[in-house]
Amino acid sequence: MLKNLSWRILTTIVVLVIFGLVGVYPLVATFYGLPMPEWLAQKQLKLGLDLKGGVHLVLRVITDTALKAETEAQSERTREALASAGVNVTGVTVVNDVQFRVDGVQPTQSQAFLSAVADAEGTFDRSSGTGGSYTFTMKPNLQKQFRDESVRQARTTIERRVNELGVSEPSIAQQGNGDQILVQLPGVTDVDRAKGIISSTGLLKLTIVEQGPFSTREQALQAFNNNVPPDIEILPGRQESGGATVYYAVKKAAAVTGRDLRSAQEGIDEYNRPAVRFTLKQDAAQRFGNFTQSNIGRPLAIVLDDRVMSVATIQGRITDSGQITGVSRQEMQDTVITLKSGALPASMEYIQEQTIGPSLGADAIRAGVLASIVGLFLVVAFMLVYYKLSGVNAVVALIFNLVILLGLMAYIGAVMTLPGIAGFVLTMGIGVDSNVLIFERIKEELEHGRPVRIALNAGFSRVFLTLLDTHISAAIAALFLLQFGTGPIRGFAYTLLIGLGSNLFTSTFVSRTLFEMVLGRKQQAATLSI
Amino acid sequence: MHIFHNTTFDFLKWRWHAIILSWVVIIAGIVIGMTKGVPLGLEFAGGTQVIAQFDKTPSIEMVRQAIDRGYPAGGENVIVQSYGDPAQRQVMIRVPQVGGEGGTALSATRNAVDKALRAGNLGNVSIVGTEIVSPTVGRDLSQKGLSAFVLSLIGILAYIAFRFEFSFAAGAVIATIHDIFVTFAFLAFFQYDLTLNVIAALLTVTGYSTNDTIVIFDRVRENLRSMRSKSLNDVVNLSLNQTLGRTVITAGTALLSAIALFLFGGEVLRGFAFTMIVGIVTGTYSSVFVAAAIVTFWNRKTRRIAAAAPSGDAAAGQRGRKQKRAKAS
Repeated sequence: MLKNLSWRILTTIVVLVIFGLVGVYPLVATFYGLPMPEWLAQKQLKLGLDLKGGVHLVLRVITDTALKAETEAQSERTREALASAGVNVTGVTVVNDVQFRVDGVQPTQSQAFLSAVADAEGTFDRSSGTGGSYTFTMKPNLQKQFRDESVRQARTTIERRVNELGVSEPSIAQQGNGDQILVQLPGVTDVDRAKGIISSTGLLKLTIVEQGPFSTREQALQAFNNNVPPDIEILPGRQESGGATVYYAVKKAAAVTGRDLRSAQEGIDEYNRPAVRFTLKQDAAQRFGNFTQSNIGRPLAIVLDDRVMSVATIQGRITDSGQITGVSRQEMQDTVITLKSGALPASMEYIQEQTIGPSLGADAIRAGVLASIVGLFLVVAFMLVYYKLSGVNAVVALIFNLVILLGLMAYIGAVMTLPGIAGFVLTMGIGVDSNVLIFERIKEELEHGRPVRIALNAGFSRVFLTLLDTHISAAIAALFLLQFGTGPIRGFAYTLLIGLGSNLFTSTFVSRTLFEMVLGRKQQAATLSI
Repeated sequence: MHIFHNTTFDFLKWRWHAIILSWVVIIAGIVIGMTKGVPLGLEFAGGTQVIAQFDKTPSIEMVRQAIDRGYPAGGENVIVQSYGDPAQRQVMIRVPQVGGEGGTALSATRNAVDKALRAGNLGNVSIVGTEIVSPTVGRDLSQKGLSAFVLSLIGILAYIAFRFEFSFAAGAVIATIHDIFVTFAFLAFFQYDLTLNVIAALLTVTGYSTNDTIVIFDRVRENLRSMRSKSLNDVVNLSLNQTLGRTVITAGTALLSAIALFLFGGEVLRGFAFTMIVGIVTGTYSSVFVAAAIVTFWNRKTRRIAAAAPSGDAAAGQRGRKQKRAKAS
């Protein structure tokens, strides 16, 4: 019996020390400036964005654009394949995001046509219409695959960009129906810059300027008599410091694109102004060398996300490196980040944005701490008044419960949010319910004239199953809450779940150990203060 | 100390009154919800919310005028109210618009409000917090919230049916649905914004309100085993009286912490704490008057419940069935 008891006491103390160290000591140490070892600092309870301040963004990846890009690319490849196979067609047109059509295939050439489009049929289903027209539709399972892939790619690209931004402890996660990406940037206050970097497509093109600059788009169109050839497009230039935007007519087909990029880094030009330097991969360098060789004297545009960033005249053969000049310091940094992280596979839109200033977070923490103290005081006062010395037992168990809760949250890396603090406060009020049920049962057994020790045993053992039932049904609701919620609500659900688990332990194991410690010496305790 | 010691209230006598009271509250809630509407929080309605901090506290009216002048697009639906601790001199401004979707344009409304405030001659102002939610988010959330409710109710139903028996599970779940409706009614009466936090509190109430019910059911089951000669109604009444003290105390301690949250937890948690307070009170009430009553209604013909038989005890089940047959003949 006593051996059993000392084992229980030991377990209780070990649990308290471990969780107290992980969960409570870092909080105290930060507050009073006590020393804290590195490993402990890393494990300490993390605060959510709503308490720490920062930017919370939700983006939706428009996966249709990824499908459209794939369809366009495939229709281009098919056009080339048909041309090189000598199959004459009247047109290859993109019908919608997932379909393109080939028109006017001669019956005599149908055999050659079929072998030329064999490549497309890996991804697209072919159906034939009248007059030698064929419609290609992207296979449904591949559509889903492309959509999923584009969201995944967008996520990793955003991750790379955010890491380049140098935000500490960012959080990037997929959420919602699978096409939403949640980005949390603690400590960031410049929302617009963060948003710009995250969602810029990052598509780089180097191409020849045919005409321009023009001061308006209309002028540019007039230069072609309002009939722009299919291989030329009109793009705006960078907004100059004067505020005016100029327009250029550039070749659609790019000499090199972002895919050919080997690296991008910050640099300076010959006038000591900030510049983005980039180098090309080997095969692209070869191509670019030939391209510049044959276009000496013509203006070359560096286009980023359909905006002409800079234009320079080709002086001679350029092989593997180039630079974008005339940018501000900030633009240089941001451009390097987007170029390094690669292009986004699909366009995105912001559907939610939240900025929490650091002062707002500090207010929330202050209110949460105050509510916790008041809640603790009220519950403790009630338990001591109503259950006298046994109330002390319940209060000790409650404090253990809170320590374990904080410790476990820190240990598993759960994030404390403002609703999480609410869960913490509620855990106090709901947690002592278990003690109440046990104590009431013990009272009842005592009234039936049972000796203290037997009443105690009966109280704990009979109520245990009830407690298990109440805790499990509460946990079911909390689990679905975890599924439903995002960010702050998840913090609440975690607090609730962990609180339920630790409460079951403290209200039965710890509380019982405490009772037995008190009763341990005297074999026949006459009364119990309850 | 002892409250409700050896009481002999006839709770079941009051079950009809209780049912009428519940329906009155729920219907009143629905009527108010239909006429006045339930104000939706930003996450559900979409829109832009800005929290601005001023050097010296301006009157709400002045801020509203500044917004009306500088941002007429806000229209009549602009909400302006003081926010948080008065010493912080903060004002919350909420407009239903979101500045176009896509790119960085989402923040256009925020910038417009910011400009209107600066132009409003209200002294130095800084934006300490912003929240912009596009309207598509709300639809998504309501769907997910609803399915979370339904699934957790099914989960609890299944668990209690497994641990007790089906009529008990039905009683517990109907009591919980009752609690959600009553809490909604009170949210409508007091016109609290329906926010994510409120939904979280409602889901917590779902879990919490079954607690008292389980404790009562446990006692009913225990008493049914030991008092085979008593009628079901007597056993339920006795069990309710025996557990009354702990039902009230457990609700009381939970209430204490919820009240602490309501009074000191700050602006963001007020709706959450209010929901919890109402949920705890109605959860306790429904455990006594709704859940137990439903078990007696459900079993009024049999007078005995299968749950009285220790689970797996075939002999007892047999006995129960024989009794039924005897009565029928």
